[in-house]
Formats: sequence, C-alpha cells, structure tokens
Amino acid sequence: MRHQLDFEKPIAELQAKLDELKKHPDTHSLGISFEEEVATIARKLEETKRQVFSNLTPWDKIKIARHPKRPFTLDYIQSAFTGFSELHGDRLFAEDRAIVGGFACLGPHKVIVIGTQKGRDTKENIMRNFGSAHPEGYRKALRLMKLADKFGLPIITLVDTAGAYPGIGAEERHIAEAIAVNLREMTLLEVPVIAAVIGEGGSGGALGIGVADRVLILENAYYSVISPEGCAAILWKDRAAAPKAAEALKITARHLLELGLVDEVIPEPLGGAHTDQETTIRALQQCLLKHLDALVRIPVAERLRQRYAKFRAFGHYHEEEAALAGNKSIQPQVKT
Amino acid sequence: MATTSFTKKMLGLHTVKPDVPSPLGNGKPGFAKKLKLAPSKSKRKDIPEGLWTKCGKCGTMVFDKEWDENLKVCPYCQYHSPIGARERIHSLVETCTFEEMDAGMTSVDMLEFTGVASYKSKLEDYQKSTGLKDAVVTGICRMGEHRAGLGVMDFSFLGGSMGSVVGEKLTRLIERATEKELPLIIVSTSGGARMYEGMFSLMQMAKTCAALAYHAKARLPYISVLTHPTTAGVMASYASVGDLILAEPGAMIGFAGPRVIKDTTQAELPPGFQTAEFLLDRGLIDAIIPRKELKSRLIEYLGFLTVGRVRAPLPAPE
Ligand SMILES: [Zn+2]
Repeated sequence: MRHQLDFEKPIAELQAKLDELKKHPDTHSLGISFEEEVATIARKLEETKRQVFSNLTPWDKIKIARHPKRPFTLDYIQSAFTGFSELHGDRLFAEDRAIVGGFACLGPHKVIVIGTQKGRDTKENIMRNFGSAHPEGYRKALRLMKLADKFGLPIITLVDTAGAYPGIGAEERHIAEAIAVNLREMTLLEVPVIAAVIGEGGSGGALGIGVADRVLILENAYYSVISPEGCAAILWKDRAAAPKAAEALKITARHLLELGLVDEVIPEPLGGAHTDQETTIRALQQCLLKHLDALVRIPVAERLRQRYAKFRAFGHYHEEEAALAGNKSIQPQVKT
Repeated sequence: MATTSFTKKMLGLHTVKPDVPSPLGNGKPGFAKKLKLAPSKSKRKDIPEGLWTKCGKCGTMVFDKEWDENLKVCPYCQYHSPIGARERIHSLVETCTFEEMDAGMTSVDMLEFTGVASYKSKLEDYQKSTGLKDAVVTGICRMGEHRAGLGVMDFSFLGGSMGSVVGEKLTRLIERATEKELPLIIVSTSGGARMYEGMFSLMQMAKTCAALAYHAKARLPYISVLTHPTTAGVMASYASVGDLILAEPGAMIGFAGPRVIKDTTQAELPPGFQTAEFLLDRGLIDAIIPRKELKSRLIEYLGFLTVGRVRAPLPAPE
C-alpha cells in the first residue's frame, strides 16, 4: 500500500481482511456466522492498533510526523479556521510559498494565521520547496506579525518544516539573520501568539515562527534542534543511526512535555493524524480556541512578562558555590 | 542548526610539527627528531611545538612570541587563526577592568545523552584540555572610556557550541547590560547549537534574542563581532541582530554548512561563499576589521552609539 509505514503492516493486513469480508460475505462459508467473524476481526484490529501505537519508538513517530497524508497547514486553515484570506510577499524580494499566511477567523476571534506549508505531490512540493522556507518566508511572516500587532490581531502559527532551506540564495540573502530577527521581534509582539507544531518542528526553521505565549504540539509531531539524520551523521558518523539519534535527542511530544519545553500535547486519533484528518483538525482547533480564549484575557504587560519568563527559564546548568560568592548580584541557583 | 562539523585543517588547528627547515636549526627538516635524540629532559621533543607555530594558511613558521604579539594573525599572509576567549578579552579591555560573571557555571547532561561518547565525558575532556568551563566567557569591562558588557566565545570548547551555559551566561550578561544601561559586545565563534542538550540548546536562541529585544528597546547599543567560524544556531540568533555586525577577515559565516548546501542543491558553490568578504558584498556586514584594530574600532563605534543616551525620547508631533 502507498505510504504505508512498516509498523502499520499488521494493522493494514487486518483492515484488508475486514474490508474483504465486508465486500464478499458469500466467499465466507466456514460455518461461523459472518457477523461474528467481522466483529472478531474488528476487535482484533482495534486491539492491534492500540498495541502498535502505544509502543511506537521515537523514530516511528518521526515517520508519522513526516507522513504525506497528515493534515498540513492549509488543511487546518481551511477546516479549523474560517474566511481565510491569504496575503503574499515580504515586500523586499519575493513571495515564498513555503510559508503561507493571512487573515482568518478562529471561532469568534479575528486572527492572523501563518504556517509552513509542505506539498502533497511533486508539483506542489516544488512550489512549496518541500516546506523549507527561504529568508523571504521568515520576512513575510514577520511582516504579517507586525501587521497583526499594529491592528490588534492575535497570531497563530502552524509549524511543519524539516528546517529552513540550506541553499545558496538563502545564504546570500541571510536566512540566519531573518530567523534571528524574528526571534527578537516575536518577543515584543503585544498581541497573543500561539505556535502549534503539527508535523515536523525542524530546528531554527521551526523556531523562526515559534516564539509564542503557548507552544502546542500534536501527539506524533516532533520538535528538534537537528534532524535525527543530521545528528546521526555528526555524532555517529552514520546517517543510518538516525533511530538512535531520535531516541537520544528526546524530541517526541511526550518527551518535550516532560522536559517542560512545550505547554500541551494535542492527542491524535488512534492510528495517527494521517488516518483521520478531520478528528485531528478538530482537536487542534479546540486546543487553539481554549488557549486563545485564556490569552486574550491577560493584560498586555503581563502577557509579555510571561512570554519572556517562559523562554528565559529554558536551560539546565550547574553553578559552583565558590564562584557565586564573588558574583554578588546574581541569585545562587542550581537548576537541573 | 546543530554543530556544523569542521575539519581541523579548515580552522588551522592541526597540530604543529615543523616539517620545514627551521630558521633556528641546522637547515634540516629533522629538527624535531634531533632534539628527541638528546638525552635527559624527556620533554625536549615538545619544544619545537612550543617555539614555533605554523600558519594554517600559508604554512610559514612564525615565532610563537611574534604569533602571540600579533594576536595569532599570521604576519605574512594576515590569516586570522583561532584565538582563545581569554586572550581575546585581554586584547580588548583595559588592564584589570574585566569583572567576570558566572565563571563557575558548568553544563549538565540533563538528557543523559546516549551517543557514541557520553556528553558528560565530552565535557570533562574539554574542560581539561581547554581550561575553560564552557564555550563563552562573559563579564563587564572598560574599553577606552566605555564601560561595556563583553561576551567572548571560544571555539576550542566543543566547537563553540551553544548549550544552556552559553545561553544562560549571555542572557545574564545582556540582562545586566540592560539593567546597568551598558552597551554590549559579543564576539562569536560557533559551530551552532549543542546537540547533546537537545531542544534546550535550540531554546537558547530564543532566550538570548528575547533578552536582546529588551536591551534594544532600551536603545542600548549592541555590537556583534563574527569570527571564524560563526554558523548555524548562533548565527541564527544573537550573532545576527547587532546594531553593528562586524567580522574578522576571512571568517566563515553562515547558516547551513557548505557540505549540506552542496548535497541539498547539487550546485557548485560560488567562490568565497560564506566568507566575511562575500557577506559584506551582499549587505550583511557593516565592516571587516582586522583583529589588531578591533579594540580601537569598537571604542570609536561606541563613541558614536552612546551619544544618544543623553537624548530624550522624541515627543509626538503636534
Ligand atoms: Zn600565513
């Protein structure tokens, strides 16, 4: 089957059997009642799904996060939002279609929604550059965020990118600078900002639209400082060690929640978002609404203080007591 | 975003063994070998390495004394070889004015990173070999007549990679500068974020930039100095948002590593790609400053950038 993941095989086999039975009841003539057989297989299917999906390795989850049938940014924008009106361009160089953005409504809220967009087929992937933005994408995103800030519209960003594009033009037009400026400027946005990692949270390319009051992540999405393949190539000198790197980097939604790096994990339907887009989209919509409803009630100064404190707190280190003695104005603390 | 890998040769870091005729010796390449044959003093064989440094670019042997006086810049080809954080600080600040901050802060292996080598053992090795606690030294100093916050990275500690300690020390430095209304100078050199700390290292990008946002909001000057190499996560955060962005000659500066770009695009990279000179031509860098001139130029710039501190905010037009 197309796009079938290795660990989905037992599920797919049972599903095929079930479909077959339902299609041709007459081919079944072993004396057991047809309904009973269907029910047994259906039960077994559910059980297998549960079993498989509760034992996924980090590497399995990354495969799900990259699944081409997962809902992408525009799928969420079309179904979880209403009245999307796309806005284009960075006013400097080009329109980067790896990042989309524009006006939309989320429930009762008028917002600006921005997200990295992958393509589903080769043609679309070429247009979207496989969801890897150039500097123009980040500059367009910032332009729209400043627009939102000026006119009091909350900002929702949807993150699904393997990373910012490593290309010649991207370097010539300073992609690192584009990302860095976003990190600095997003800190000071006076409107509420929510970022949701819906698939791949690829490093700086993800963080470049990811500085927010709330950082949410779907159950099978990941968010990492480096791709597992890249990490494996550097630390294990072997890209094939990617599953090991995925494990070591602690990049699954569960791990990130445990480490306090994300605010909430949004559950996906059993079998993964790619098997049930509608339920996934609804789940993200409800979660966004819940957080936005809460955020709009916080006064601006307090929201900015909280946003700063949230990112300020990330990190683990050790301080020697002796060194602290000579460092009066700094609070002694051991944060691990 | 993680550490780009560099070969020792790219950095001019390869171990020096004089294989060219030494001006001191008998004109034979066997200088080191000859000393080794000398009886007693077992350390003798190391002496040539201590006396001479071979330029990583033109290969000329330079007297260590001259090499150090020249701040590790080759007097023959002007190649800027890596310089340690402490040595750099010494070259920039007025004598005895550097008050170091957070000198005892060390990294923690919070993910219990299970790679080929453990993060813990890597840290211990690098602490031993470099005498540094981590990849940045921060403090308040005086430069000319200016008091300033100064952070200097050191590539010799785990490739100058940015983990929680680098992020935290720089953030505290920035916050201190904001609080004391001081200008800020950060001299960067880094392969990127420190993979061993996973997402915590990525978040240091946001953390440092958040602190810089408030420093900038207070209209305080920030000068970023890019030295060889400054790439990936460091380049995509504090190194790129200076009011001024300066660079050392020949420094390699970029987001992605050249090999990754080549593999991704299957294209030939343009000549001089990702060098300071290339990026000056393309509008990123304000000025390329030779190492020996850096201090005087920083003082000059600070002179301009601190004039506005006496100016009241503009009133809204009537
Ligand atoms: Zn030279």
